[in-house]
Amino acid sequence: MKPDVPSCYPLRKARVHEACGAGATGFAAIMAAHLSGPVLWLREGWRAETLNPVGLAAFLDPARVLVAQVRDQTEGLAVMEEALRDGAVPLVVIELGQPLDLTPGRRLQLAAKAGNSTGLCLIPEGMGSNAAETRWRCAPVFDADPGPGDSTLQSWEIIKNKSGTLGAWHVRWDWAARRLDVVPPAGE
Amino acid sequence: MFDGIGRRVVSMWFPRLASDRVRRAHPVAGPFALVLRQGNADRLHCLNPAAERQGLARGMPLSDARAFCPDLLSRPADPARDAQFLHVLRRWATRYCPWVGLDGDAGLVLDITGAAHLFGGEGAMLADMRQNLARAGLSVRLGLGDTRGAAWALARYGEGPAAPGAGLAALGDLPIAALRLEPEVTVALQRLGLRTINALAATARAPIARRFGPDVLHRLDQALGAVPEAITPGAEPPHYGVRLTLPDPIGLQGDVMAGLARLLETLCAKLKAQEAGARALTLTLRRVDQGAQDVEVRLARPARDPARILPLFERGVAGIDAGFGIDRLRLEATQVEPLPVEQVSHVASDRGDRLDDLISRLGTRIGLENIQRFLPADSHIPERGFLIAPAAFSTPEGAWVSLRPRPLRLFPPEPIAGQGARPPHHFRWRRMALSVARGTGPERIAPEWWLEDDAWRSGLRDYWQVETTGGRRLWLFHTPQNPGWFVQGEFA
Repeated sequence: MKPDVPSCYPLRKARVHEACGAGATGFAAIMAAHLSGPVLWLREGWRAETLNPVGLAAFLDPARVLVAQVRDQTEGLAVMEEALRDGAVPLVVIELGQPLDLTPGRRLQLAAKAGNSTGLCLIPEGMGSNAAETRWRCAPVFDADPGPGDSTLQSWEIIKNKSGTLGAWHVRWDWAARRLDVVPPAGE
Repeated sequence: MFDGIGRRVVSMWFPRLASDRVRRAHPVAGPFALVLRQGNADRLHCLNPAAERQGLARGMPLSDARAFCPDLLSRPADPARDAQFLHVLRRWATRYCPWVGLDGDAGLVLDITGAAHLFGGEGAMLADMRQNLARAGLSVRLGLGDTRGAAWALARYGEGPAAPGAGLAALGDLPIAALRLEPEVTVALQRLGLRTINALAATARAPIARRFGPDVLHRLDQALGAVPEAITPGAEPPHYGVRLTLPDPIGLQGDVMAGLARLLETLCAKLKAQEAGARALTLTLRRVDQGAQDVEVRLARPARDPARILPLFERGVAGIDAGFGIDRLRLEATQVEPLPVEQVSHVASDRGDRLDDLISRLGTRIGLENIQRFLPADSHIPERGFLIAPAAFSTPEGAWVSLRPRPLRLFPPEPIAGQGARPPHHFRWRRMALSVARGTGPERIAPEWWLEDDAWRSGLRDYWQVETTGGRRLWLFHTPQNPGWFVQGEFA
């Protein structure tokens, strides 16, 4: 039997998780919305693609988000480790472009444990690290019958789980209540 | 004065302080004036002798002055910088005596009692002042008298020293205006025929006091020394620099940090006494071979807690090349902000403090400007709907309003193939073949013509929220004035 989403969601605290796929940014935004307190978002400064705070406002208050522009991935990982170890921010999100080795991944895990804060790496598909606690594949799904408002149907698939089983769900973000609804996939 | 020692006061007046200050930095030949905007007219604020010779005067409108003197050069005046410059001069003037105070916005007053003999007498001291100020390019008028009032009067109205105890004999012939009276009082006294100080001193006191109030006689008594007048020396601004000189050079990182800890303790005690906090600190390490290296630390929030500041230096100190050893450490708070003492209570959370500490620490690694936060901006243009500000120098404020759904990610517009006003059914984007299942729109956004923006040269944009059969939700726009289709964002 599949575990229901709440057993592995929200993400276990004091661990580093991974998310890939086209819906990874939304996944990170929803994770941040479930926590209180500031969120540190690390991105490489040279990338033209940016987070849009106006769009983010549908999930959480953009004033909670601090964006750190780093020069490259090495610097980003160093900053992430320091922020995780400090524990002043409950969630640190990093956008990665290159695969993570076991050593840096393990260092992040130890830092997250020391600081009791959660880390989330947004990775390209298929570049997961062995050190990650869970890995999620998030993809938007076409919603043939959208309710009122914007359709946000997503498929969340947990493809790696160090302490639990795998599973897949269709979820939808409720704009008005700012809540995540689990919906049965069509055809089941 | 009253204790039997003759008090001697020098008054320095800089009649052209503002223009002299500017001309020191940018020498000009010919007529020159500083212009200050008063009301809605530019008026001359301060001019040089060449401009005065052309018949220009203070307070004259700039346009009139241009008509009189077509080759007049002008610059905007900066009263704040002038006041700063006067403070510099005050500090310089303490070379003559310790009691130096400001007098108005272009004057200094020095109590040189008992200091003149150090310069070889009063005459030599005045000559020295004149020479030094002339070399600095400042025009000055000096007055020396027994009282502050007498020195003021002599500097403005009758240049030169008064002999000790001269009193009325030195001031008698000066006009009434030399008594520091209100202009309207001066005019009224002149109408009564009292044009000089002599005439005023010879008049019966009671009717003057009844007619003009006690002020006129008070000023007269101050000038003649019958009533004392204090000189308030300007306070030295607090200096936030400490140093440590070592008998033997050190080279280990731990030793430098230990020295730094000592310096920080002294500096933070100083900051605490002034209710201030450091925002930026510089540690200068001087090596035995006279080389010097700086470690700079900037904080996200003013702080004066040594335990918080010390770890921020660790990274910088580790990168220092000690060479043959370091024998002098100097720590200076280069940027200081007021930090009042706060009530500590159990309800206050320290989360903000911890976050600021984290920002400071990350700032030493990637630069404090690179840690940013979003601030809402008032614009319909998607790229300008928000501002990015350094988190250390801004506070979160304002409300986020979006009437229509907006994408979570924005990127520079990427062109796709498409024709017509409706979204294409099939298109390729980022090497993916996508087919449109549903499009919501259009939402027309017009460029902000009052701002120059190359990206919006193509005119109006009709935005479409497009759902593809694969699931991805993209933000497309069509430019009807300059036909073309682009992808600009992706929804969650």
